[in-house]
Amino acid sequence: MDEARTPFDDLPGDLMIWVLIVSELLVFGAGLAAFLAVRLTDPAGFAAAQDHLHRAGAGFNTLVLVTSGWLAALGARAVEVGHIARARWQLAAAAALGLVFLAIKGVEYADKAAQGIGVETHPFFTFYYLITGFHAAHVAAGVLVLLLVALRGRPREVEAGAAFWHMVDLVWVLVFPVIYLLR
Amino acid sequence: MKYQTQKIALAYFVVAMALFAVQVSLGLVLGWIYVDGNFLSEILPFNIGRMLHTNSLIVWLLLGFFGAAYYLLPEESEREIYSPTLAWIQLAIFVLGTAGVVVTYFFNLFEGNFLLGKQGREFLEQPLWVKVGIVVAALIFLFNVSMTVLAGRKTAITNILLLGLWGLALLFLFAFYNPSNLALDKMYWWYVVHLWVEGTWELIMASILAFLMLKLTGVDREVVEKWLYVIVAAALFSGILGTGHHYYWIGTPGYWQWIGSIFSSLEVVPFFAMMAFAFVMVWKGRRDHPNKAALLWSLGCATLAFFGAGVWGFLHTLHGVNFYTHGTQITAAHGHLAFFGAYVSLNLAIISYAMPILKGRDPYNQVLNMASFWLMSGGMVFMTFTLTFAGTVQTHLQRVMGEAYMDVQDQLWIFFAMRFGSGVAVVLGAVLFIYAVLVPRREIIEPGPLEQDRIAHDPDHMAAE
Repeated sequence: MDEARTPFDDLPGDLMIWVLIVSELLVFGAGLAAFLAVRLTDPAGFAAAQDHLHRAGAGFNTLVLVTSGWLAALGARAVEVGHIARARWQLAAAAALGLVFLAIKGVEYADKAAQGIGVETHPFFTFYYLITGFHAAHVAAGVLVLLLVALRGRPREVEAGAAFWHMVDLVWVLVFPVIYLLR
Repeated sequence: MKYQTQKIALAYFVVAMALFAVQVSLGLVLGWIYVDGNFLSEILPFNIGRMLHTNSLIVWLLLGFFGAAYYLLPEESEREIYSPTLAWIQLAIFVLGTAGVVVTYFFNLFEGNFLLGKQGREFLEQPLWVKVGIVVAALIFLFNVSMTVLAGRKTAITNILLLGLWGLALLFLFAFYNPSNLALDKMYWWYVVHLWVEGTWELIMASILAFLMLKLTGVDREVVEKWLYVIVAAALFSGILGTGHHYYWIGTPGYWQWIGSIFSSLEVVPFFAMMAFAFVMVWKGRRDHPNKAALLWSLGCATLAFFGAGVWGFLHTLHGVNFYTHGTQITAAHGHLAFFGAYVSLNLAIISYAMPILKGRDPYNQVLNMASFWLMSGGMVFMTFTLTFAGTVQTHLQRVMGEAYMDVQDQLWIFFAMRFGSGVAVVLGAVLFIYAVLVPRREIIEPGPLEQDRIAHDPDHMAAE
């Protein structure tokens, strides 16, 4: 007997990557919600701590990551119509921009360390390090995923990899205003 | 029974049920000590009794898992077990080790001896020689089941089951590492304790539950496997970093409070998914399986695991809450219903499914077994409520009002008395279960005219046997 087609069958990539994406969004969402809740208890302290961040650097990083997401989307489209070589270049470029993001992030962390700011300095920085650190770890994983799916060049896998990368992108677009900009 | 070596499971299940009887009987004794603090204080000090209660639980659950693996792997991989002899040696080591622990602790033999004497680390109290025995037995088991699966058909169920069993055995190795720094000691201790029950054991649970659903409901393997993968992904995603909810107050850095709170809150997801899975499979089912007792235990397992592990776990997992409830009777309430729902019920489900087949009594009436489900589960749920109320009162008096521990314990007496009553129901239920799967050879309740008519005239209707 045929099982009726479910909406799950029409998901791009694979059901499991969407289980992961939803789980990640729940975790980052809960992290940002907790950040905002704790911020209510000490708005002045949070604002003062926030002044130590590089807003321009993080803003530039937003451009880097969004551009990278666009390249990954192009790669996914290219591999679907059989342009494997072009898709590989686009995915590799997306991964390279991921590395640029990590390099800028590294400079930011190094600067914090130089100022003697650590994870226990202030609740703001506990969340800052936890959330951006978890995010950076996902960028690093995403770079590897993009390179892996580019190498294998299968449309379904590229779709799944690109979907993961868009999640990393989306999370950053939420993290950036909440942690760096919100006054 | 399609494969002769499935018979190995019978011995594992029988030993497991014997230890189950020991475990709940000791529970009853401990429950009475809460009512009358001096009961047996010379012969069986509370700490020894408590160690025997928890360790016999862990050992019988493990023996149940091993039995389940020996039962289901031949059917799944379509092969006889690689070596029945190794399986018997493994069981013998476990029985010897268990007897060794009981004798060593009961008579306090070899005091201070590093190899033979007691060890005080909670749940890992086994003397060193027993720990080594456990590792040897686990290696024999893993070799045996891996060789079976490698030679045969590989399914999602066999893969997840093996992943869980390998993870279980490897994580036990942290039992040998005991740093003198108390914070580090606790940190690694949870690698065994938490990553067992909220990690690898969940994989074992999900795969055994998937096997039961496959057999009992006849739903397509493809559908069962999809659910299984989602459940396992959710369990590992939330459970591994969920370890952080044990790192709030042991001396680890403060950021663990957020990692633990967020990830462990998500631990409710796989348990909800397992409950949804079990009920959806029955709903979509295309087989009216005669073993209603196994189905009852499977659904009961998924439901009580969701409440015991999921809801009662979430109840005190956020660090703001746990700051007040840590180590109160709230923890005991959660511990009892979580273990009963998730792992005891699961073992009793696979035992209920396999025993009639293993003993060649298929089909037969399991009404006594089903009665034991309601008796045991009812008792356990009542116990969970009494302990939850006790814990709530305790949290307020002790942690909010600052009253002394023993003064508070006095005021909790009524809850402990009621808990003892519910313990009696659980023990009676356990004894009834063991009797029901081992002894009766014929139907206990004859079907009435309505049921007989349906059996005679409705070709789709299967008798509840």
